Amino acid sequence: MTGQEAAFLVLAVVGGLAGLLVVTSRNIVHAALYLVVALSSVAGTYLLLAAPFIAFVQVIIYVGAIVVLILFGIMLTRAPVGRRVLDNTLRARVGAFVIGLGVFTMLTWFMADAWRGERIAGQEVTATAALGTSIFRNYVLPFEAVSILLLAALVGAIVLARRD
Amino acid sequence: MPLLYPLVFAAFLFSAGVYGVLARRNAVMVLMSIELMVNAVNVNLVAFNAYLKDPLLSGQVFALFVVAVAAAEVGIGLAIVLLIFRNRETVNIDEVDLLRW
Repeated sequence: MTGQEAAFLVLAVVGGLAGLLVVTSRNIVHAALYLVVALSSVAGTYLLLAAPFIAFVQVIIYVGAIVVLILFGIMLTRAPVGRRVLDNTLRARVGAFVIGLGVFTMLTWFMADAWRGERIAGQEVTATAALGTSIFRNYVLPFEAVSILLLAALVGAIVLARRD
Repeated sequence: MPLLYPLVFAAFLFSAGVYGVLARRNAVMVLMSIELMVNAVNVNLVAFNAYLKDPLLSGQVFALFVVAVAAAEVGIGLAIVLLIFRNRETVNIDEVDLLRW
């Protein structure tokens, strides 16, 4: 096992545990902080997959912006703490657990069936310049569509949230 | 690195998100679970980009687009949650049943 694989396994275990705690924690603020751990380990995963630009975008946008936005949402809605108000009934939770376990089993089964033994080999670090070239040469149209979407979301959020 | 490592990690995060969306009744928690699922998809995109060695870097470009769409989605989602809280004094999605027939 190479150092890359060992580092990936450590990150995956930490991120998986944090993801599990996000959806089971009784305190909503703790859940948001576990979300930071899960998102950061995903950023580390991108670094190990030789995609540093995506990793830094992940840290800046997810850990920096989205989690802060969610913390503001928690604060402004005065979210209560406790299992009874955060979670569904036991019956619904058992059903959700069965569905989640089924999704995980199905996905891993199909993926192991399709890509068992395949390896990511001969990786080269993606240059940010190459990524920019690809966006602005091959994917200009989706890029413009995303910018229109962001503008629409910005205007929509202001219209929804302002009071008058 | 075996391709299955990131794929299984992503599958685990995705199923944790599915469980969270179904098992939580606080709207902000549901949004957090959706973020977990979006991240799982991004891990898949970057992993397959590295595996296929795409010269256009499609996986990474679309991972960036997904991040932008997720940012827009969480902004609108929180605005809607705030509006519901202002009008109904609750963010419990069981109690928001205006559209139930």
